[in-house]
Amino acid sequence: MPGSIRRYGTEMVHRTEQSERIIEALAEGEAIRGRSLWEDAKRRFFRNNAAIGALICLGLVVLFTVVGPLFSQWSIEEIDWARMGNIAGEGHPSIESGHYFGLDGLGRDLYARTIQATRTSLIVGVIGAFVAVVIGTLYGAFAGFVGGWVDNVMMRIVDVLISIPYMFIIILLMVMFERSFFMLFVGIGIVSWLDMSRIVRGQTLSLKNREFVEAATTAGVGRFTIILRHIVPNLLGIVVVYATLLVPLMILVESFISFLGLGVQEPNTSLGALISEGAGTVIYGTPWQIACPIFFFLVTIISLFFVGDGLRDALDPKDR
Amino acid sequence: MTAYIMRRILVAVPTLVILIVLCFFLMQVAPGGPFTSERPLPPQVLANIEARYGLDQPLWKQMWDYLAGIVTRFDFGPSFAYRDRDVNDIIAQGFPVTLTYGLISFVIATLAGMGVGVVAAIRHNTWLDYIAVGATFSAQALPNFVMAPILVIVFTWQLGWLPGGGWNGGQWQYLVMPVIALSTSYVASITRITRSSMLETLNSSFIRTARAKGLPEHKVIWRHAMKPAMLPVVSYLGPTFVAMITGSVVIDVYFSTGGIGRAYVDSALNRDYAVMLGVTILYGGLTVLFNLLVDVAYAWLDPKIRY
Repeated sequence: MPGSIRRYGTEMVHRTEQSERIIEALAEGEAIRGRSLWEDAKRRFFRNNAAIGALICLGLVVLFTVVGPLFSQWSIEEIDWARMGNIAGEGHPSIESGHYFGLDGLGRDLYARTIQATRTSLIVGVIGAFVAVVIGTLYGAFAGFVGGWVDNVMMRIVDVLISIPYMFIIILLMVMFERSFFMLFVGIGIVSWLDMSRIVRGQTLSLKNREFVEAATTAGVGRFTIILRHIVPNLLGIVVVYATLLVPLMILVESFISFLGLGVQEPNTSLGALISEGAGTVIYGTPWQIACPIFFFLVTIISLFFVGDGLRDALDPKDR
Repeated sequence: MTAYIMRRILVAVPTLVILIVLCFFLMQVAPGGPFTSERPLPPQVLANIEARYGLDQPLWKQMWDYLAGIVTRFDFGPSFAYRDRDVNDIIAQGFPVTLTYGLISFVIATLAGMGVGVVAAIRHNTWLDYIAVGATFSAQALPNFVMAPILVIVFTWQLGWLPGGGWNGGQWQYLVMPVIALSTSYVASITRITRSSMLETLNSSFIRTARAKGLPEHKVIWRHAMKPAMLPVVSYLGPTFVAMITGSVVIDVYFSTGGIGRAYVDSALNRDYAVMLGVTILYGGLTVLFNLLVDVAYAWLDPKIRY
């Protein structure tokens, strides 16, 4: 196939260039420094233009949520009484009125609300991924490392839990207890670690019979210390990749719930809630109310997908 | 094979029971009952109401009655919010609607995703492939709750081609937007999985052998590559189905189809725990059933699986 030949060709060119460089370096008597997995990954990641672009976009969004409030002239709950009677006419985005993104359906400043919503989504995503990393990694590493019936029981538990429709459990939790950030984090924390524990367990199984683990065992290191010191660091690559891919999924879960009006309570808001409000009011001639949240939602999610994909290519090059 | 299926069913049953028990106890530990309101009821009235719904019984007995009701009579008990309806009525009214467009979306997402993915893999590194990859990458970021308003703005408000909601007995005009909104992001993920799995298969040595012995390309693909390439896709169909029935809640609410999702959200806002529980358990049951089907299909497709 022409495609594969072309690819092979560039690789060859690349390889010759590289070997020439090595020969040069050797000739000049430079010491060749070994490259660690992480340096290698960093190099591969920074060569990936899409991932870098996405990372910059993401950085801008984060910066916006941090710096943006400084320029905001209104808080998330203040109602602009002067303009709330005629939102379609006077509530459009403008610099003079101080409502850079316009007004929402109730006459509140959409700029401040969008910032708060984006921040909510990002925090939810990061916390969800963090919980997944901590619980999932420890659980999976423990199950995989100990093995035997313990592993069997632990993984059957995951099998059972994984086939529960989680969106409903989160909603159930949110509704029955208070609809607060805390409950949201608990709900998302319950869901997010399951897949992670499966992946980590698989990796641990392939790691635990390696020589360095054997050496540690011979030296008398305890099981738990081996898991923390020797197994977990070696899992880090795959964990980072899946954690990055989990962040957008968690944001999707949260937005889904708040789109239904079952997310965090007013005056706090989130992107899903803003999209839902904007979708409801678009008939009244206020397109900015849906455009702003959808724009930030899409930029965040797509950037996160690209960054995750780039990280996967960088850290796990065989999986292409 | 039969033994394998039996074993899978044996795992599925405790899953369901755990789900029911878990939901039931969540309901118990929740602060405030379904009849707590701003204005407290006189204690006698409250006691009467609780007796009517069996809430004065000891917890284990409530649990047992509930479980027994589901298992023996498929009865999810009465609704707490609507005096004259029980949970079964609500489900029977809304579920057929949700199931109709849910299944259509699922079939369309599967067929379209597999089709595009296979074509993109066969035409690897051509413009067709690039378009497919680019489109699917962005479409993955378009979940149902983003697609639904965008579709309505374009097709109802701007073009005026399709009704912006309703069901009308399932006429096709009313089905188009819910199906598109529900399936877009899953078409994208299925395409990506199919494409990468097909590419991997096409690079394997048994395909080279098939080509070397002079088989025409379409036979290589249909006879040899298709079955192994579909394995990862099939295992993804379980989660897809689950995500779709979950997503249907948004569709039911946004398009006012009269499906079960609307009843679910209403019950969540009314604190009508009986309906919430019933719908959650129904969806849980579907999830378990579907994962079972996927496992069986997987075992049938993959000769390496020993059962």
